[in-house]
This record gives sequence, C-alpha cells and structure tokens, in this order.
Amino acid sequence: MWSSLMMSNVQWVLISTMILGVAAGTIGCIAYWKKQSLMSDALAHAALPGVVIAFLVLGEKNLFVLMIGAAGTALAGAFFIQWIRSSTRITADTAMGMILSVFYGLGIMLLAIANRTASGNQSGLDSFIFGQAAAMVRSDVMTMLSLAVAVILIVLILFKEWKIYLFDPQFAQGSGLSLRGMDVIYTTVLVTTIVIGIQAVGVILIAALLIIPSVSARYWTQSFRTMVLLSAAFGGVSGAAGTLISTLGSGWPTGPFIVVTAASLFVLSLIFGKEKGIFIQYWQHKARQKMLSQQQADRQLGPNRVEEGIQ
Amino acid sequence: MTYAGWIMITASLVGLSCGLIGVFLILRKMAMMADAISHTVLLGIVSAYLVTQELSGPHMLLGAILAGLLTAFLVQWLQSLQIEHHAAMGIVFTTLFAIGVILISTAVGKNAHLDVQHALMGEITFIPFKMISLPLIGDIPEATAMLAFACLIVLFAVIIFYKEWKITSFDPGLAASLGLPVLLLHYVFMSLVSVTTVASFDAVGAIMVVAMLITPAASAYLWTDRLLVMLILSSSFGVISAIVGYVIAAWIDTSISGSMAFATGLVFLISFLLSPKHGLIAGYVRPAKPIEQ
Repeated sequence: MWSSLMMSNVQWVLISTMILGVAAGTIGCIAYWKKQSLMSDALAHAALPGVVIAFLVLGEKNLFVLMIGAAGTALAGAFFIQWIRSSTRITADTAMGMILSVFYGLGIMLLAIANRTASGNQSGLDSFIFGQAAAMVRSDVMTMLSLAVAVILIVLILFKEWKIYLFDPQFAQGSGLSLRGMDVIYTTVLVTTIVIGIQAVGVILIAALLIIPSVSARYWTQSFRTMVLLSAAFGGVSGAAGTLISTLGSGWPTGPFIVVTAASLFVLSLIFGKEKGIFIQYWQHKARQKMLSQQQADRQLGPNRVEEGIQ
Repeated sequence: MTYAGWIMITASLVGLSCGLIGVFLILRKMAMMADAISHTVLLGIVSAYLVTQELSGPHMLLGAILAGLLTAFLVQWLQSLQIEHHAAMGIVFTTLFAIGVILISTAVGKNAHLDVQHALMGEITFIPFKMISLPLIGDIPEATAMLAFACLIVLFAVIIFYKEWKITSFDPGLAASLGLPVLLLHYVFMSLVSVTTVASFDAVGAIMVVAMLITPAASAYLWTDRLLVMLILSSSFGVISAIVGYVIAAWIDTSISGSMAFATGLVFLISFLLSPKHGLIAGYVRPAKPIEQ
C-alpha cells in the first residue's frame, strides 16, 4: 500500500478526492437547510446525458468539455423540475423522480450509441456511472481541484449572505440581498460540485457525499459555522479514506467506498453525537427519570415525615 | 413465439405492473421512495446470491422484499430520530446501494452472472434465451414468467385493498380513525413495490424501473381526477411506453431499457402539453376567468 502511495498520480488523486469531499460537505450544509438533499441526487442523474452528448459532439474525452455538457443537462433538469412543479399539480418529489429516471434513461441510450463508436468504446465513459478515481489523469485532477477550490471560496466569501439567505429570508429582502441572485449562485455552485464529483464518485452516488456529511455534522453542533466546518472535515476524510481503500484492490470502484466511509462516520455521529446522539439522549432520559422518581419519592415521603415530626 | 414478441410481452408486463403500483406511489407522495427501493433491491439480490450461491427467482424475490422492507424501516427509524425525511432517505439508499456495489465488485467475483452493469441497466435482450417450461403454458422465458406472477400479485392486491388504499392514500387521518391498520398497509405496499422492482430488474434494471413506476402514473394524474380511470390510464401508458421504447431502440439500435425510460418521458411530455385540464396548451387556450363582482 505504501509503495502505491509514493506514486505521484495516486497522491494527486487522493488530494483531489479530499478537496472534492470538502467542497461537497460545505455545499451539502446549504442543501440540507434548503431541504433539497434529494434534489442533488436528481441533478446528478440528469448530468449523465450531458456527459455523453459532449463526448459525441467533441469526439474525444476532454474532462472540461464533458463537465460543461454535464452542467448543461443538470441545469435543464433543474429547470424542468421547477417548471413541472409550478405549472401542474404534480408534487416536487414526483417531478424529481421523473426527471431523474427519464434523463438517466436518455443518458444510457446515448451511452450505448457512444460505446459503438471506436473511440467511445475505449473512452471509459462507463466509469462516470460509478466513478473511477484511478482513471483520472493529471489534467483531470487539475480541473477538478481548481473548480473545487473555487466552490469552497464562494461559500466562504459569501458566508454571511448564506446565513441570512437560509435562516432569515425576510431580513434578507429588507436588507437588500437579492434572494433570486442567491438562488442562482446556489444552483450554480451545487451543479459545479456535482459535475466535478461525477468522475471520481459517479452519477449515482455523488448525492451521498452531499447529504451524509452534513447530517452527521448536525449531531455535533447547533452553530451553522461549526456545522459547515465539521461537514467539510467529514467529507474530506471520507473522500480520502474511500479512495485509499479502493486502491487496495484492482478495479474496485471509488464511489461506493467513499460513501460507506461517510456512512460509518454518520453512524458514529448518530450514536455518540454531542447534540442529539442516541447515547446522550439515553443518558439524559435516564437522568431525567432518576430526577423525577426522586421528586416523586420526596413527595410521597413528605407527609410521612411530617407525621413523624408530629409524633 | 418470436424473439421480439417475447421482449415486447415482457416489457408490457413491466409497464402494466409498474403503472398500477405507481399510481399509489404518487398519490401517497412517495415517488422518491420508489427510487430508494429500486437502489437497495440490489443489496437484497447480492445478499441472496451470497447466501445461496445461485441466482434463482424465489431467492432473489425474497432478498429483494427484505431489502425493500429494510429500507422502509430504516427511513422510518431515522425519521423517528428527528432526521428530516429527505435526508433520511438520501442516507439510507445511497449507503445500502454502495454496500451492494462493493459486495458485487469484491465478493461475488467476475464469473457470476451478476454484475453492476447488468443490475443497473437490465438485459432484456437476453431474456428469451433462458426458457423454462410450465404446465399448461408451455415454454416461456423465466423472467417473463416471474413478471407475469408479480403482475398477478399486484393486480390481486390492488383489487383486494382497493378501498383501503384509496382511503389511506387520500386521507391517512380518516383511515387511522376508522381503525384501518395504516402501518401494516404501508409495509404491505412497500413489499409490493419491492416485488415489482425485482421482477422488473432483469428486464429494465434498477434505475429505469423508477421511470416506469413514476412517469406513467404522473402522466395519468394530469388527465383524470378519478382513481379507477387513473389506474387504467397509468397501466396503459406503461404498456405504450414499453412498446414505443422497444421500437425506438430497434430503430436506432441502442439500449432497450434506456429507450423505454425515455419513452415514458415522451408520454409525459405529451400529457404535459395536451391534457385538457392541467396541460400547457389548455392553459393558453382557456378563456380568462371572469372577474367576480
């Protein structure tokens, strides 16, 4: 394992999945408070046809162009979900399920066509479904790294605005912060994170990297700032650890291992978390029970004591 | 029966059973639950394979039902721990799915007739090659027989529980106050979703089954306000999409399951445009409401 670590490509891939995890963890907190966890899943699936269309148009695999294609169809998916929801009586989750599966079906259709062409067959487009971090070359890593850093910076610079946007939209309007503008920035950043993640984690599981760290972080703190920091840390650890584990076997997909690492962190948080963890709640429950039974005992004993006193 | 004939019949059975179940999924606002279950069914199938070391229909069905119930149960449990529904679902299904993929790529090995690609996209083209013979019917592909069986179960359950599901779907509060076992009905329904999903698995794969479950029902929802009409419309839309999808796939030579999912999208698009009550065009054509005095 250590010898494989010394190879510089592995190091670069490791760094990039770690930064990806940090970016996903940060954005995940915003998605969590906007109650849009499953939206990221729908957008990730909707990115697949874009990847293949970009490949078919360009005829070769250039990660940056594929990402633009992916972002295009993901945004189209977001637009359709919004449109269906606002102009019919179909609910948001139905619209998401529909867009997710129909776009994915279109992606699979196009993928079958792309795989028939000579260059498509060897392009490794299939690895976009489950993610194959090992398949990334240096230029892919650089593209991914710079976009992920940009996403993290946008969240940090606009931190105060995000807080107002999420927790007090009325105040935001009063203070002249454009909610619509923030919506646009949020969607752009979310789609960017998904798109840079699909090469390493795959379209099916990238949503997990956005959802799980933020929920885990929620178990340790009540402050939004700490939640974002913790979620970023959980995401980074999952990204790096998952990638490391997947290098142990040949042909092991990266995405699933990252997700399982994140899920283990979640289970730990669920049990031992400082805020609402099962342990602490059980302990508080016991303490309260003890206090109540003590009080009850006091109350029952009370009159007796008085009687004793009289005697 | 010809090769194409078997494929069309199998695909139509998928459309029929998914169309029926999908109506209740939509009305109960559980469309994403179908997405979750269709992912976790993979874990059920892999576990069944690892335990029995063979890929047989009944074992797979049982494994899938258990996985589906486990998903429903875990989501409810996390929700009872005050995790919001969307987040709970997102955590449960991605994790179980990831475990399923890891088991396939590590423990199952390459030679088994079970790989991720197959599970996700289905291999309807191979279905007519694996025939079994049944009494009375004669030779029939195994997957088709399983689907016909699942379709009968679904039809049977819809007829038996028609009234109960109608009440629990539209007014859960009333159902509970009438003394209906709401939770039991919920789990029965979840098992049926899992049965339909796993039976369709061979044909259309895990993700396309979501398209078959949700989209025809959502299209039917735009055309009618009556449950019975919606059930009939939704299952016909399912069958139509299956056949249209096959024709498209044969025409441009591509993945059959992908085109079937795409065809459900086309059916929805037409409904979205043309539906007399909720359609886009109706919205433009309809005269503006007179202003009430």
